[in-house]
Amino acid sequence: MSCSCQTEEKAAIQRVSTETQISALEELINRYKGVEGSLISVLQGIQEMYGYLPRPVLEYIAKRLDIKKARIYGVATFYAQFRLTPVGKHLILLCQGTACHVNGADKIEAALCDELGVEMGGTTENRLFTLTEAACLGCCSLAPVMMIDGQAYGPLTPDQARKVIRGILKQEEQSREEVGA
Amino acid sequence: MIVRIGLSSCGIAAGGLLVKEALAFAFEEEGLGWELQQTGCIGMCHYEPLVDVIHQDGSINTYGNVTVDTAREIVVAEMSGAALEKYRIATDREPNDCLAGQVRIALRNCGIIDPESIRDYTDRGGYQALQKALTRMTPQQVIEEIKISGLKGRGGAGFPTWFKWNATRQEPGDIKYLICNADEGDPGAFMDRSLLEGDPHAVLEGMIIAGYAIEATSGIVYGRAEYPLAIKRLGKAIGQARAQGMLGNKIMGSKFSFDISIKQGAGAFVCGEETALIASLEGERGMPRLKPPFPSQRGYWDKPTNINNVETLANVPWIIANGGESFAAMGTADSKGTKVFALAGRIKRGGLVEVPMGMPLREIIYGPGGGIKDDKRFKAVQLGGPSGGCIPEALLDTPVDYQSIKNTGAIMGSGGMVVMDETTCMVDLARYFLNFTQDESCGKCVPCRIGTKRMLEIMERLCAGEGQPGDIELLEMLGQQIMEGSLCGLGNSAPNPVLTTIRYFREEYETHIHDKKCPAKQCKALITYHIEADKCKGCTLCAKKCPVNCISGEAKKPHVIDQNLCTKCGTCLEVCPSKWSAVSVS
Repeated sequence: MSCSCQTEEKAAIQRVSTETQISALEELINRYKGVEGSLISVLQGIQEMYGYLPRPVLEYIAKRLDIKKARIYGVATFYAQFRLTPVGKHLILLCQGTACHVNGADKIEAALCDELGVEMGGTTENRLFTLTEAACLGCCSLAPVMMIDGQAYGPLTPDQARKVIRGILKQEEQSREEVGA
Repeated sequence: MIVRIGLSSCGIAAGGLLVKEALAFAFEEEGLGWELQQTGCIGMCHYEPLVDVIHQDGSINTYGNVTVDTAREIVVAEMSGAALEKYRIATDREPNDCLAGQVRIALRNCGIIDPESIRDYTDRGGYQALQKALTRMTPQQVIEEIKISGLKGRGGAGFPTWFKWNATRQEPGDIKYLICNADEGDPGAFMDRSLLEGDPHAVLEGMIIAGYAIEATSGIVYGRAEYPLAIKRLGKAIGQARAQGMLGNKIMGSKFSFDISIKQGAGAFVCGEETALIASLEGERGMPRLKPPFPSQRGYWDKPTNINNVETLANVPWIIANGGESFAAMGTADSKGTKVFALAGRIKRGGLVEVPMGMPLREIIYGPGGGIKDDKRFKAVQLGGPSGGCIPEALLDTPVDYQSIKNTGAIMGSGGMVVMDETTCMVDLARYFLNFTQDESCGKCVPCRIGTKRMLEIMERLCAGEGQPGDIELLEMLGQQIMEGSLCGLGNSAPNPVLTTIRYFREEYETHIHDKKCPAKQCKALITYHIEADKCKGCTLCAKKCPVNCISGEAKKPHVIDQNLCTKCGTCLEVCPSKWSAVSVS
């Protein structure tokens, strides 16, 4: 049920989406269309599908849900959870909570930045890792702690943090070899 | 035999799932028909993964720091009817020291029941309080019981719970909402996460009773996106409660209908403030507004709304079941009942503890907490997170009750208790908290938005060794103005960490400003690392590990740090073998 005025936006989302993503997006829109106060849930749904909030998708839902683009951008930039740029395959959340801070989270950060060759917030060139901060993961007795793909690691030393990254890299290489073979 | 394993976030992070697999594998290999159960967090997080072996006669052996290998050893030992002494940390008759002095009301089921089983919850008396309320009490009587109990909000502000309920109840209107604030944003606090992961039905039962008391039509849990396991278990619990008739139409055959849904927050500390939370629930930017009207008058979608914290609600079923007077019998004149604290930081035994109100801070830190890590010297304890303050050693005998804590300049807060030793720089810590609140300021009030920024700039200057005379006074003045000129609790309390550290650790600020030194040796700009030539044996370890290759020297000869290249990461100090301790900081 798309009208002609939406074709331009639709073409734009097709450039950043797979077929499955498009059908999931339509499902999301239908679920929340007309449901008041659901913008945050919609954005969470999009981020779950894409890993971030692609601009063409935001412009598309603005039209479909009849929400002003400025409002969507306002909400998307207000909350820490939302990202406007793509992330790597593995998302590293380094906890910045108080317990982690007093237990040397800065040293873990330095080790991770060095190991990955990125700054805080950055994504590695091979798009495998994105390093970001989390206000607090709530695993304070494991401080300092980081979470990768939902799994928490702690208490960490700089060396252990490097080892975790190398372990994931090794797995990636192995699975690539298997695919190649 | 039942083998129970702690699988809350901390248990899983410590490797609990692997241990569970190893246990299941060992049962199969040995042909044992033992039952494997999961449970939530008992609070002894530093011993995770934790495994309980429950024998036929009811006796229990508890094992700590279980690994995949020890899991098997434990099974083998228990098969022959013996305990594996070296890993056993407690039995049912001799509880671990961590539990000494604790009184578990809110955490009554955590670490005991399977949080994903409603049957486990009802077997321990769950939902009986709800039945009592629905069949034998009027909503007014429920509120009266809560009033007698003296329960105050456990989320931070400490407002009497009955008063809020009553205010919402008295508002006219057919539609009213009950909201559970589960957006635990205070860094260093994890009480609510553990409760939701360990005993979600207790929170639900509390919500349903509260809903009945205020005559609410529906309930919403505002959960935290960073707590996926808590959200998952709560969702499962809601499904089970619905299936058993504890939620939905005509609950337990009464006339009361009520249902609960979950909405996930998206990460904003300010959403702990009630009006900001409501804005966020409505899909907007979470910005607070002026009160009145209070949420009890005009809240979610402008309807009367009552908001309670997770721990507050978890206490409710216990109070209804045991009577308000039993709850009020614990604690002090002004603060009744118990309080859950999340012990973390430079402490030996981090974890969750629930103690009667009024217990001195010292008893908590040196009792269940086990004292300071590496037997270093206690310096301060931080209560209340970014809105709270630091309490120094001289005030360590302060009892934990709302008023006594407030008198120190800190706040009770939600229960985060971060312990610091001599290696923590109080100026850096205050900078850390201010950085947090500055980042989380929603930007609505100018004093908060710009004032915290200016304060942060000064704090960064101090830590960089560029402090100027007069900075302390400027911080105090700005802090006062921000507190007076901001609308919500975030701005009203953002300067607290700075003001309390100035109050109790002024010399440390002065040393940063006048001597350009950091007594705790934490502020990188104010310290240098040296290798003492007479102690260095030239093992080359530091040179190998230095991330910027700024250490040079031949093998078996003293090494030297190039101060121009050194990033002061401290790696050399960490790796230098303790028998030589050749690296020093000044």
